[in-house]
Amino acid sequence: MNAPMISIRALAKTFTLHTQGGTRIRAFDGVDLDVAAGECVALHGPSGAGKSSLLRSIYANYRPSSGRVVVRHNGGSVDMTAAEPRAILDVRRKTLGYVSQFLRVIPRVSTLDLVAERLTAMGADAGEARDRAGELLARLNIPERLWSLAPATFSGGEQQRVNIARGFIRDYPVLLLDEPTASLDGENRRTVVDMILEAKGRGAAIVGIFHDDEVRDAVADRCLHLTRPKEA
Amino acid sequence: MTSETMPGYNYAYLDEQTKAMIRRAILKAVAIPGHQVPFGSREMPLPYGWGTGGIQITASIIGPEDVLKVIDQGSDDTTNAVSIRSFFAKTAGVATTTRTEEATVIQTRHRIPETHLTDGQIIVYQVPIPEPLRFMEPSESETRTMHALEEYGVMHVKLYEDIAEHGRIAKSYDYPVRVEGRYVMAPSPIPKFDNPKMHDSLALQLFGAGREKRIYAIPPHTRVESLDFEDHPFEIQKWDYACAICGARDSFLDEIITDDRGGRMFVCSDSDHCARRVGEDS
Amino acid sequence: MDQELLRVSGLTRYYGSRVGCRDVSFSLWPGEVLAIVGESGSGKSTLLSLLSGRLAPTAGDVSYRDRDGRWLSLPNLSEADRRRLQRTDLGVVHQNPRDGLRMRVSAGGNIGERLMALGHRHYGRLRGAGLDWMERVELDPQRIDDHPSAFSGGMQQRLQIARNLVTEPRLVFMDEPTSGLDVSVQARLLDLLRHLVAAMGLAVVLVTHDLAVARILAHRMMVMRGGEVVETGLADQVLDDPCHPYTQLLVSSILQA
Repeated sequence: MNAPMISIRALAKTFTLHTQGGTRIRAFDGVDLDVAAGECVALHGPSGAGKSSLLRSIYANYRPSSGRVVVRHNGGSVDMTAAEPRAILDVRRKTLGYVSQFLRVIPRVSTLDLVAERLTAMGADAGEARDRAGELLARLNIPERLWSLAPATFSGGEQQRVNIARGFIRDYPVLLLDEPTASLDGENRRTVVDMILEAKGRGAAIVGIFHDDEVRDAVADRCLHLTRPKEA
Repeated sequence: MTSETMPGYNYAYLDEQTKAMIRRAILKAVAIPGHQVPFGSREMPLPYGWGTGGIQITASIIGPEDVLKVIDQGSDDTTNAVSIRSFFAKTAGVATTTRTEEATVIQTRHRIPETHLTDGQIIVYQVPIPEPLRFMEPSESETRTMHALEEYGVMHVKLYEDIAEHGRIAKSYDYPVRVEGRYVMAPSPIPKFDNPKMHDSLALQLFGAGREKRIYAIPPHTRVESLDFEDHPFEIQKWDYACAICGARDSFLDEIITDDRGGRMFVCSDSDHCARRVGEDS
Repeated sequence: MDQELLRVSGLTRYYGSRVGCRDVSFSLWPGEVLAIVGESGSGKSTLLSLLSGRLAPTAGDVSYRDRDGRWLSLPNLSEADRRRLQRTDLGVVHQNPRDGLRMRVSAGGNIGERLMALGHRHYGRLRGAGLDWMERVELDPQRIDDHPSAFSGGMQQRLQIARNLVTEPRLVFMDEPTSGLDVSVQARLLDLLRHLVAAMGLAVVLVTHDLAVARILAHRMMVMRGGEVVETGLADQVLDDPCHPYTQLLVSSILQA
């Protein structure tokens, strides 16, 4: 149990924008990082330094230009940069949770179902999953009258809390958090901090981007500094 | 062999090469019960739709020793039956009869005689549309493929539709059958009442469609099953009446309107069967 | 569940000297939804026809692992076996529902046909299956005796889906299943497809020019252009981090409402 939950080596990402004459944009370069169970690492740096891109690269949403991301999964480990698509999907389903900055809304799916889906997709009973989703939404102050609506018309803060509920409804061993408190007021911010600390307490390894210094100080054990990379 | 009865015409009207071609088609049809065999249908001296297929089969198999019966809707004395019977009397010089048990060849439109056929008899059916799948599938190449691959789901779809619409299978004539568990066949517009007679018959059954140019056959002792559902089994027609002339309760009855005040009577469609029963009583 | 369901290698189809598609290779596992996207003339429809066995390849192979674990090379099957497979293990949902339905047969008859073709002979149970499936695709069961011509386009499409799924196929091919439908109707259909795919563990190959549909339904994505696969990966990878110039052009061309 001493091996890190996430192990990143020499990770780099450069975008080539063919629609703009082949402009190359370096998102980040030479990232090394180990994150142990129960540890929270905050990505720190100015905007444009590649923090979101790094999170997305760990999640295998972005495909890194070079380097490795190894995640411990199912008693073994998976290199997210080289694994088969269905292996990556398996890691995302069971091990690696991701709370993005923006909620992707699926037409006609209610808020409750959007959150519960993370459990029912793993075979959980629909009723129990909805109950658990309701608990989380209530904790995050989403009023019950909104649960049966699709979240397309919610405010930014409400959408973010729905996103957070989706990320925390399962006990993911690894969590990636992209600005989880950006649009939240004081009370909800504190709730999310509590949830992160609870996740740490049960052994989750967390990598997060925290815009708010107070939040970062409350949850992060250390920081990884990213600087804006030189032009490619 | 020329006809002694009609100078200038070959025996039974068709030339020998045509008869040979039709016999080859018949042999192939007998070898593959229920399968439609294409043949080079000839122009006959009566229009399409009036039995040209049946006539060509009869002409190809008939010989001077044969005794021919021709019926139309069960009756020997309708215009068509009379015409066809005298056609063969003239061109083949055969003896003709109205008595089923005396005939060696029976040509029929739309009925099977009530009297059981025996070993040595041949019954020739006149067929308008030989393709049972045509109502569902207009393409000839597709229906041929369906027969070849035994894809008959669509037949039961039709029966399903009947039950959904009418509460029961409404098809009452030309009722589709499965021959020897393999080919689905259209038995010609005989009433479904007659379907059971095709099964395990002692006689040879030949089917001719002149306009559509197809021949098919059911050899003696062949399994013929009418299509149905487990919970809607095949049933033949029944009447609450007996024949007004001979009193039969188990034959196919025609309804005859006797006056314009709603008067009607039910009479055996098979005129020979009816006459014989009357003769037995007297 | 660990073995592939479909193995495609070097699949190629020429129309005379014109390329339909060239050298396509991939594997598909049970439960995976693969979207093939591209614009008109990209070869995606040709590829779909080759995969479903409706078109013979010029070169290459499509192999399907049947329920007994045997690998069957689709182009080399007898026509009887191929047609049987297309009725039992495979499903094809056409872009235009009229191509996949019998318009003069009732909804119940359309749904029951595959079962009847397999030898089911109990009217009551066939009708029961029809009622059951109409509910599953959110059609009013009271309309089981209606003809598809009385249904709207979206309803016809759902009926076509029911007709295919009644034999619980393992692999379904869909050709632009939502095109031509009103947006709200599309949303409903996509929702239905998401649920059915998850509930039945279906593997799906879905051809679409609509990237939003691909994002909602697909796990994996292949981008085609000029008959060739130019990019492949997870759906979110291809949409959020497009690498090939053509993919970047496609993604950047989506109109935002």
